[in-house]
Amino acid sequence: MRRFPPGMAGGAHHRPLLCRSCRIGVAWRMTSAPPLPLLPARVHEACGAAAMTFAAIACACTPGLLLWIREAWLPEMLNPSGLSGILDPARLMLARTRDQTDTLAVAEEALRDGAIAFVVADITRPLGLREGRRLQLAAQAGRTTGLCLIPEGMGSNAAETRWSCQPAFDPKGGADSTLMRWELIKNKKGISGVWHVRWDAQAHRLDVVSPVGSQPGAAPMPE
Amino acid sequence: MWFPRLAANRALRLCPSDGPFALTIRRDNTDRIHDLNAAAEAQGLYRDMPFAEARAFCPQLQARPADPAAEARFLSGLRRWALRYCPWVGIEDADGLVLDITGSAHLYGGEAAMLTDMRARLDHAGIEVRLGLADSRGAAWALAHHGEGVAPPGASAAALEDLPIAALRLDVATVAALQRMGLRSIGALSRTARAPLARRFGPDLLIRLDQALGRQPEPVSPWAEPPHYAVRLTLPEPIGLVSDVTAGLERLLHALCLRLRAHEAGARALCLTLRRVDRQAVAVPLRLAAAMRDPARILPLFSRGVEGVDAGFGIDQLRLEATVVEPMPLQQIGRDSAAPEQLDNLITRIGTRIGLENILCFQPMDSHLPERGFRLAPVAETPSRDGWPACRPRPLSLFAPEPVLGEGAVPPARFRWRRMWLTTGRMTGPERIAPEWWAPDDGWRSGLRDYWRVETCEGRRLWMFHTPQSPGWFVQGEFA
Repeated sequence: MRRFPPGMAGGAHHRPLLCRSCRIGVAWRMTSAPPLPLLPARVHEACGAAAMTFAAIACACTPGLLLWIREAWLPEMLNPSGLSGILDPARLMLARTRDQTDTLAVAEEALRDGAIAFVVADITRPLGLREGRRLQLAAQAGRTTGLCLIPEGMGSNAAETRWSCQPAFDPKGGADSTLMRWELIKNKKGISGVWHVRWDAQAHRLDVVSPVGSQPGAAPMPE
Repeated sequence: MWFPRLAANRALRLCPSDGPFALTIRRDNTDRIHDLNAAAEAQGLYRDMPFAEARAFCPQLQARPADPAAEARFLSGLRRWALRYCPWVGIEDADGLVLDITGSAHLYGGEAAMLTDMRARLDHAGIEVRLGLADSRGAAWALAHHGEGVAPPGASAAALEDLPIAALRLDVATVAALQRMGLRSIGALSRTARAPLARRFGPDLLIRLDQALGRQPEPVSPWAEPPHYAVRLTLPEPIGLVSDVTAGLERLLHALCLRLRAHEAGARALCLTLRRVDRQAVAVPLRLAAAMRDPARILPLFSRGVEGVDAGFGIDQLRLEATVVEPMPLQQIGRDSAAPEQLDNLITRIGTRIGLENILCFQPMDSHLPERGFRLAPVAETPSRDGWPACRPRPLSLFAPEPVLGEGAVPPARFRWRRMWLTTGRMTGPERIAPEWWAPDDGWRSGLRDYWRVETCEGRRLWMFHTPQSPGWFVQGEFA
């Protein structure tokens, strides 16, 4: 029988208050933290150049087994050595599919089953409302969280949240800076906002920092 | 039953030829004759003769390399065939069978009729055979190897009287020593005083003699039949509905799983063959992520395959075979064992859609090249593993190197990559990685690589390298 290590090893020594349900701390400084881990039993979406990093961090926030579904022809490949700074590659399973139909079928199957805690699917063609809704129903049935990595503007209306993630240059940071700008551009049950975050590989936690050259804090609530 | 030319007969059955024929085997760095046919023997060739010498004697000799493993398979096939005569069949040496026909000879109308039948069938199949029948196993061996014959019940000693000493299954040195003492036949040996023989040659000689003459028992040990993991169901009327096929499959699975449980085995791959009324057969293969023998778990996994079958005018036979079987000892069932089962089921279900070989996990490899530092291995065949060896900072994603314009040993200040103009904000490096000369790789033809981590003002953090031996700049990965 296969057995995967539960959760993440290690953790923050000074664990902040937020994010009680996971073992990863989210440090915050003058600003609220992004709503991580993602709302369970729902399917979310992420786009942008740092979407893969966002997915890895979202995976690290979820204990249990992970499944990452990618089409076989995609040129980029996950590198476990780089991934090991964020999560343990042994928790991750990869599914290599032929086309998007297979990707969606595998994602639905895995979401519905519940044996896997977090499912990431790389989407290459626009998602319709029907596909998005089916994924949501499957996630609800299996109590599994899903994340679709979508190209810009190809998401489905059924998504619970949609994140636009861009890497950012950090002039003051060190050589291992991982500064990113995460923007929550859609949220069905909460606020949207902008966060500048940095992954701390030593402490295995997400640091929220004030953005370079602009006012800190989340975007104002829509009236 | 002794097959004097088993290997040659087998080879000639596959490619008949009339002329001299020999099988060669490489031994002590020389090709030697392993087996040969009668025509070759008539030319003066013999076993273990160097093949080059044989070719000189007999230029028209046809030869082929021998395959001892296939010969052993052939002999075990013959053993299965011989079960038609009696249930007690064992294998004797590499080229004989031993049958205990006690109580089954009358089914063929007596011993003589049975031997005639055996000989006729083997002749028809093109296999030479020497038959010996006697009260004891040793006597039958002697008769088969030294001029065939049937010893009447209770008369083994008389039948063996004139046979040479070698018929007692003795080693060559003992036979030579006995002949030097003037004991050339079994009869002469049995009349000699036993005590001096035992002192001179040890107990083995007398044991062999007693076994041949029936004074000591020598059992025939039959081979156990390997379990056969296949069941079938033939129907009086053709069926065509998915639910009917599923019901039939459920029955078959139940029977198959009982058999698997009895042998403490689990099926790893199954094949359901549906025979249609028009004699066409449709196979539905199923590969499982882990060995299983629980009908309730396997049945739903078949649903996708069964739904895709074209039933035509109806299906009248179902056959289920476990094509790959693994040992699976009985286990204590507890609360903890539920989760892996659920995962295995999921992997199997996904595997029926995209193939089990496409569900992968990372395995670390011992290499300093970034793209060879890991391997993607099928989850179903890989043991689980903890942790990952620590290494220098590596990018999160890797791709095939994409060239960018740039000169010199330092990353260019401004470059174009994927139709974007990027400005270098900060660079870290270089880290030199040399190709592995012992494992040729086309991607590393350009020689050494100096890797840099380049943080661009636009945000992207790229892993670029410079090849000093054939100057050029490439992007190979992107950092988190």
